[in-house]
Amino acid sequence: MTEWLISEIFAKYNYWISILLMLIGFYAVITKENLVKKIIGLNIFQTAIFLFYISLGVVKKGTAPIVSDETILKGYQYVNPLPHVLILTAIVVAVATTAVALSLIIRLYEEYGTIEESEILEAIKKEGR
Amino acid sequence: MTGFVEHLPILTIVIPLFSAFTILVAGWFNKKSCIFIFWLTLTAQFIMSFIILRRVLIHGPIHYWLGGWKPPWGIELVVDSLNAYILIILLFLSLACAIYSKSNIEHELPGKRVSFYTLFQLLIAGLCGVTLTGDIFNMFVFIEIFSISAYALIAARGKIALKASFTYLILGSIGTCFFILGIGCLYSVTGSLNIHDLSLLLPPFYGNKVVKAAFVFFIVGLSIKMALFPFHTWLPDAHAFAPAEISAMLSGIMIEISTYAFIRVSFSVFTLEFLKLLPVFDILCWVAVAAILMGSVMAITQVNLKRMLAYSSVANMGYIMLAVGISLSAVESPWGGLNPALMHIANHALMKGCLFLAAGAFIYKANLWHITEFRGLARKMPYTCAAFVLAAISMIGIPPSAGFVSKLYIILASIEIKNYFFVAVLLISSLLNLVYFWRVIETMYMKHEEGGHSSHGSHGMREEIPLGMLIPILLLSSLCIVMGIVWLGKIPIPILDQVNLMFGLGKVP
Repeated sequence: MTEWLISEIFAKYNYWISILLMLIGFYAVITKENLVKKIIGLNIFQTAIFLFYISLGVVKKGTAPIVSDETILKGYQYVNPLPHVLILTAIVVAVATTAVALSLIIRLYEEYGTIEESEILEAIKKEGR
Repeated sequence: MTGFVEHLPILTIVIPLFSAFTILVAGWFNKKSCIFIFWLTLTAQFIMSFIILRRVLIHGPIHYWLGGWKPPWGIELVVDSLNAYILIILLFLSLACAIYSKSNIEHELPGKRVSFYTLFQLLIAGLCGVTLTGDIFNMFVFIEIFSISAYALIAARGKIALKASFTYLILGSIGTCFFILGIGCLYSVTGSLNIHDLSLLLPPFYGNKVVKAAFVFFIVGLSIKMALFPFHTWLPDAHAFAPAEISAMLSGIMIEISTYAFIRVSFSVFTLEFLKLLPVFDILCWVAVAAILMGSVMAITQVNLKRMLAYSSVANMGYIMLAVGISLSAVESPWGGLNPALMHIANHALMKGCLFLAAGAFIYKANLWHITEFRGLARKMPYTCAAFVLAAISMIGIPPSAGFVSKLYIILASIEIKNYFFVAVLLISSLLNLVYFWRVIETMYMKHEEGGHSSHGSHGMREEIPLGMLIPILLLSSLCIVMGIVWLGKIPIPILDQVNLMFGLGKVP
């Protein structure tokens, strides 16, 4: 049992943390009524995936992948820089999505005077169509 | 000359990106110039897509290395017969929607013309990018580019469209998150992101749990994007309340591009051997059957025409996925492999494009949303109604329309694998199609306008839409019939056979 715990949970804690965060985010997206909270949940979900990527690239005792004469001479190990680059792109995308979502929420608030999902749905139902 | 053709794939993506900014800047000085820049770009792209197809058919796939970096390290654009085929459909429908949008947008969103065309152009750039890229992370980025522009475009009308767009944003983002998670799993196993490179590196790991999980992430993510049945909840509202040309683009090409991404991921990244290890495609068939029945039944219950068409899209995604699902087992030449699926992608783009544009025309002229309000419409708008009927005939599958041919091929493929249940489902769904389209046609042609109140203009007067809107509708509707004859003549079949050959599907003579 303890062996299993060590090999499956503690040794791979980074994956468990990102899965836990992912589920927290997913839960928030599904259950929260408030639209802003939904977006926060979505951001947690995305961040969990970013952490997953970053933890893939980690090399034990690796430093930042900056190549210079000094680092080559001392024989440093580098972390894998590719996931960082990918995640930089993904962060930009996530920020853009969040910006669009927030501007939609502002417009929804102007239109219906609330950001609670159920109240908006009710207002839409009253309007018909 | 050949050197120039090699550069066309990247130009097809970069030119619309530049054009989007040009439209924005030109819009400050002259609002009318936007549409002409937009048309010019699309026409150029459309011509380029034909040159690309010709090049691919004669000399084989184009590999373009961005910045001259060799593929496993650099990003690569790969154009083979599948991409080239999808690209033509995509740009043709975009062009039709662009011509249509001139009068419609002036009427519907007069103050937002500049931003509308900028976003529309970005949407097309994103769609082209997804189609042409040979790098899986690049595919994710382009999926997000077209999705974000689509969120904004759907919301353009305000009010209820805002809520629809928000729902789509949440679900779409979760879908792409699953997609990127799948990429992460594959990267952790192979250390590569290039599609061709992945297909070479993956085979030793086919038994690996991480690879299987990655495949499931891809399926779930892309299913949300393509609105496959249990994940279709965002679709009806988003399609119903977007501006007409965006509905046509959404339904006609955007969900198809996600299907293309799915085909690309499952056949190019994972290859056939992996798909034969897992029963995923068998399960997919049954999900698709559920989608067909659910979509058709839900469409019957709708009163809003555009919502009805949206549910019909759900059913049609079912057809396409059913055809993809049985592609592994069916081998006989004209309907073997991916042929019916790719055929239905093209046909659905034409039919749904036409239907949504026609539905937009009814809204444009008389603000008619509900089917019950269509009484006597055939007298007022004879050409639009005729086009609508032609496309509806094609949706139902009456020979020799385009919809008939793709349904016929799916049925023949189902018979070949001896699954008569699928045949029954397809026939039943055709009947259901007949039910919900007949309802509309009956109201338009048979029922007369109630005398007395004729709030939408004088009784019996012709109120046809402007020519700029009418031409794309008539073009698409006539193509619904013409393409049926072209398909029956098996003229484009060699392109599809090349696709099958590439993926090792079917039996090519």
